[in-house]
Amino acid sequence: MTGSLNEAVARAEAAGCSLGELALREEAAEGLRSREDLEGGLVRALQVMRGAVERGLPGDLRSVSGLVGGDAARLTRPAGPLAGTLFTEVLANALAVQEVNAAMGVIVAAPTAGGAGVLPGVLLGLERRGLAPESRLVRGLATAGLIGAVVATRASLSGAEGGCQAETGAAAAMAAGAGVEVLGGSPTVAAHAVALAMQGTLGLVCDPLGGLVEIPCVFRNATGAAIALAAVEMAMAGIEFPIPVDEVIDTMGEIGRSMDVRYRETAGGGLAATPTGRRLAKERLVQIKRSNTGS
Amino acid sequence: MISILDIIGPVMVGPSSSHTAGACRIGLFSRALLGGQPERALVELHGSFARTGQGHGTDRALAGGLLGFRPDDERLRDSLDLAGAAGLDLTFQNVKLRGEHHPNTARLTLTLGDRQVVVIGSSIGAGRIVITAIDDFPVEITGTLPTLVIVAADQPGAVAAITTTLAGQGGNIATIKVSRRQKGGHAIHIYELDEPVGPEALAALLDLPRVRTVRAIGRVDG
Repeated sequence: MTGSLNEAVARAEAAGCSLGELALREEAAEGLRSREDLEGGLVRALQVMRGAVERGLPGDLRSVSGLVGGDAARLTRPAGPLAGTLFTEVLANALAVQEVNAAMGVIVAAPTAGGAGVLPGVLLGLERRGLAPESRLVRGLATAGLIGAVVATRASLSGAEGGCQAETGAAAAMAAGAGVEVLGGSPTVAAHAVALAMQGTLGLVCDPLGGLVEIPCVFRNATGAAIALAAVEMAMAGIEFPIPVDEVIDTMGEIGRSMDVRYRETAGGGLAATPTGRRLAKERLVQIKRSNTGS
Repeated sequence: MISILDIIGPVMVGPSSSHTAGACRIGLFSRALLGGQPERALVELHGSFARTGQGHGTDRALAGGLLGFRPDDERLRDSLDLAGAAGLDLTFQNVKLRGEHHPNTARLTLTLGDRQVVVIGSSIGAGRIVITAIDDFPVEITGTLPTLVIVAADQPGAVAAITTTLAGQGGNIATIKVSRRQKGGHAIHIYELDEPVGPEALAALLDLPRVRTVRAIGRVDG
């Protein structure tokens, strides 16, 4: 696969195909996996994503520490000004998947477990609204895979290396490109969506309470999905981001490399280091130890 | 080359690809190396595995791997309870391993009958693992290919005999590593293969005069 999203866009536009189609063609041509295997793997991923959303929405799950759970269900009850819209459904889906993840349920790491809610949040929201037939969703996942591979090559997909911008930030960029693909936007429009999403998460730190993938991770997936949706909306309206997407990705990598270690998944800074963050983490870790000893 | 399916995947039990999926794979690899389900397992957790492992289910994931559960198996959540029912006696300890180790590392000492193996494995991100030691022999195994772990007398001709036998059985070798603790004792051979080899090949290898033990370990990344 490619190390440049700008070049991939140029190849796709020249070939008259979408980014997801290009990604599938090019990887199959490498010979390690057939097109059938690739699409089969993506169909399975899609099924697991649907299952995770369905499992998470009723709100009966609690995380291993007990710190998170039940918030996805709150969004399914009409309350806020956007209740019943695609936006609220996307937020609920993202929270649902992350609540399942925190409760040791089955999810698709996309690109990581900690950012696993964003992509299904957006794509399954579009599906639910009748905007995304399955064949398009599979190509959308291929688009997301291509974007993630470029981010992994040029920057990072690890919170320990690059902060949360490399996990939920990358996931938002992937979901934005995938969303445009699913809605039938051109490769160029998809690239602008990726850039628009990523510029909105630059500098985001990884500061989980107690080092657990719970707080703020669950909520960051919802806000990450919101940023992805905003990027899709802007890009589909013809808004262009002036910095080329490869340069935006490079910027994320550069910021990650210069980010203090306290903000890279160590629970040494950010929300994890607040008085309440420290107290909650301490209480819950003691409780986990007790419950394990008891079992 | 990064595959689309490396980014959209793995399908796994949460919450953390490194602390949960990777830990499970270390357990799976160690179980396969022992050649069956252990009766006793001492699991020593190092670094971040020790600090935040319980909240991430690292202990449950390692135990699940030892029971033969893969990273997407929902039984991982209950593996500490299931271990007792399956006759696996588990002990966890937080330790600081000597030497340089990745922050997410575990040392497993597994016993089955009169067999024992000691494995050190690290979870290096996105669910990928590397096994760094087997029975005090330094190794580097990722579990992304079918692997043969062979202990043989440290004598001239051992590698030639093994590779000739493998070639005769149609096994194509991707990588070879041989290491030993002392000259003239035993050496550990690690062969990563393109495809798994069958029981006849394993029997033929075990028949070789210099070969003491042969273990075939399937891919743990799927």
